[in-house]
Amino acid sequence: MSDIHSQRDLAYVRTEEAPAMPAPLTVSGPIGWMRENLFPTPINSLMSLIFGALLLYVIWITLEWSVFNAVWSGEDRSACIGDGAHGACWAMARAKFGQWMYGFYPFTERWRVDVVGIVGVLALVPMMMPSLPYKRINGIFLLGIYPILTLILLTGGNFDISFLPTITVNIDTGESSLNWSVWMVAFAFVLAIVVPILFLGFVAKIISPIISAIASAAIAGGVALLLIIMSIDFGLPYVETSKWGGLLLTLVVAVTGIVASLPIGVLLALGRRSNMPVVKLFSVAFIELWRGVPLITVLFMASVVLPLFLPPGTSFDKLLRALIGVALFSSAYMAEVVRGGLQAIPKGQTEAAQALGLTYWQNMGLITLPQALKLVIPGIVNSFIGLFKDTVLVGIIGLYDLLLIVQAANTDQKWVAPQTHSTGFFFAAAVFWIFCFGMSRYSMFMERQLDTGHKN
Amino acid sequence: MALLRSAQQGEGSSMSVTTGVDGPPKVAFFNDPKVRSIGVQAILIAVIIFFGWQMVQNTLANLERANIASGWGFLDTTAGFDLSFTLIPYSESSTYGRAITVGVLNTILVAFCGIITATIIGFIVGVMRLSKNWLVAKVAEIYIEIARNVPLLVQMFIWYKVVLAALPSPRAAWSIGDTIFLSNRGITIPKFIWGDGAWMIGVAVVAAIAGIVMLKKWAHKRQEATGEQFPVFLTSLAILFGLPLLTYFALGAPVEFEFAEQGNFNLRGGVGLVPEFAALYFALSVYTASFIAEIVRSGILAVNKGQTEASYALGLRPNPALRLVVIPQAMRVIIPPLASQYLNLTKNSSLAVAIGFPELVAAGGTVMNQSGQAVEIITIWMAVYLTISLLTSAFMNWFNARMKLVER
Repeated sequence: MSDIHSQRDLAYVRTEEAPAMPAPLTVSGPIGWMRENLFPTPINSLMSLIFGALLLYVIWITLEWSVFNAVWSGEDRSACIGDGAHGACWAMARAKFGQWMYGFYPFTERWRVDVVGIVGVLALVPMMMPSLPYKRINGIFLLGIYPILTLILLTGGNFDISFLPTITVNIDTGESSLNWSVWMVAFAFVLAIVVPILFLGFVAKIISPIISAIASAAIAGGVALLLIIMSIDFGLPYVETSKWGGLLLTLVVAVTGIVASLPIGVLLALGRRSNMPVVKLFSVAFIELWRGVPLITVLFMASVVLPLFLPPGTSFDKLLRALIGVALFSSAYMAEVVRGGLQAIPKGQTEAAQALGLTYWQNMGLITLPQALKLVIPGIVNSFIGLFKDTVLVGIIGLYDLLLIVQAANTDQKWVAPQTHSTGFFFAAAVFWIFCFGMSRYSMFMERQLDTGHKN
Repeated sequence: MALLRSAQQGEGSSMSVTTGVDGPPKVAFFNDPKVRSIGVQAILIAVIIFFGWQMVQNTLANLERANIASGWGFLDTTAGFDLSFTLIPYSESSTYGRAITVGVLNTILVAFCGIITATIIGFIVGVMRLSKNWLVAKVAEIYIEIARNVPLLVQMFIWYKVVLAALPSPRAAWSIGDTIFLSNRGITIPKFIWGDGAWMIGVAVVAAIAGIVMLKKWAHKRQEATGEQFPVFLTSLAILFGLPLLTYFALGAPVEFEFAEQGNFNLRGGVGLVPEFAALYFALSVYTASFIAEIVRSGILAVNKGQTEASYALGLRPNPALRLVVIPQAMRVIIPPLASQYLNLTKNSSLAVAIGFPELVAAGGTVMNQSGQAVEIITIWMAVYLTISLLTSAFMNWFNARMKLVER
């Protein structure tokens, strides 16, 4: 005991722990990091040098072309021709910017597109942030009110309903004078009213008949109100769809395709897993047919053959035809994504739902689908990205989407210059890249948000 | 006994109150699942028949109004247009049917070339993405994120209108050892001129493959019996290249190569691949490779680290461990999505219509514009692509069944 005491009193014995020395420079800090990640072995060092040089070279070339040698301002092609102009002709991009965004939409009416865009972003951003409240109201606005607002603003509203049968439920696709045959319209109209009523009738079993009756009346009233709103003259000049173009058209095609493909895809996926042979066969045939052919043939079919399927003499909007093609095509892909999710839900969930007395639709709507859709959110976003990229194909059938309108600028005599092509394509590529990359990052974010740690 | 009987009676009577013990359950007939299922299916069939009938009637009426005869007779009509790239003899006086055949062959050619290149680039980039070297992994990631987030059509236009257009003229074409030339007129490769007995080389290749299969079996048996390994891979390589080469020289070099020569304005000789082909081929390869790279990466990551560790513990060196343990398991994950990427590439080759390379859709589109036979042409398109798709998925199902983990 006393020995220890005496030792502790010795001046040259440490009484407290020495502070840890910093790690040697070769294993910590930037140098250590580089040693470990860039130059651990001779071969690795060589590869680092090669790839580093490559990367720097590509970055330098890109910067040189897009910034240092670029022409930023000018009135016409003369600015982008000459010795100094080896870079991008941003002067042209600036002059053409309005056209690339709005297409041939009348200049004085472009504010309508701006309103649609701003409202859309304002509604979508809070919807995409999981922490913000009022998701339900926001969702109703986005899926119920916003499409009508968009339709009226973009086309001008003031739809002619003097002959009611020609107003179809397809109004959200932007066609005001569909001279479709009466039976088709009547069918769609009946479907729009009867299906929700029937569906609510089933729901009435668990809620209450009164609520269901009120809801049915509300839906029927809503359709009537919709028709009235559509027919009101807001004093907006009519803008035909052939004038839509640029990024506006690209977004209209992509968003309509995305919104339409999800419900159709879910129905097809359920159909494919159905026990009813006819339903199953129909779903499988539908899905495999669209998945087996390229989108471009579907678009050709929609633009060339679809009019043949309709009664003689019917005219049919070109954009609407393309939208139908895109929606059918992408719903087949969506169906396979959703099916993947449905297959991942253990059978016990369905059995438990049945044991609780839930009907098929209650089981699907309340138990199975919410779990399945949550599982496949990354897949759904991936197919959205695919669809967004695929919208450029509508240019091939002559719709002036972003890519086609950029090409149209290339042939403009006022701006013909050596760098016109590359500037236009670079711009288009950058716009598409921003959208697609953003969506893929958002998908990763959602995946982390939804990961409850209970994955099997 | 009496108690039991009364209990049974009690049970029976209580059941009869709710459902009835003798007859069928008392639910409304429209709530009976069987009745419902038949009803739903009957309605679906009726709707499909109704719409189908309407469509056929309308189409016939419309075609009649437009004075277009339906049927396949137009395939024998003279086409009267030229195609810029053909694998089989074709001229303006050939028939529409011939033009479509040219298109099918071009589709197959570009899909085949694209699949090979995309696979090679994809595997390299996928492995690079997993590299421990930060810079290498980053370069791979940048490549993937750019290539797969820009639409294929935009990439194709960039290759066609920007990159290939900026290449030197044929006079100053870039060349790889004066055999393959790259210029703004496309790619020029040497032409094979088959001489007498050149078919023997083909036979030699087949014989070499058969020999390799047998060698592999023999080596496997020997290893099972004696434990000694045989360098199968190197021997196979030697056989695969050696046998055809031996045949080639034994027959007195029956194949000649006609190399292209640089003239003043153009490249003479060789086989010219038009710029449209080059743009389509580059774009398809680069675009699809980015997806393949991600598939390869996820496939390798899907193999449990314990597998590698276990194989090291068993005394395998890193290379055999990768070859015998990791890669076979990774392939099981990689191959199904890889096949669907191959299918996508084949379907995406249809985008060539935008730059005018005469593959199936472009050639068919020209025929459609000239003859007005839209329904027939679209039927041909869909039939060809569907056949390719269904064949591929049938093969994949067979392959999957073979590769599947055999579990209890």
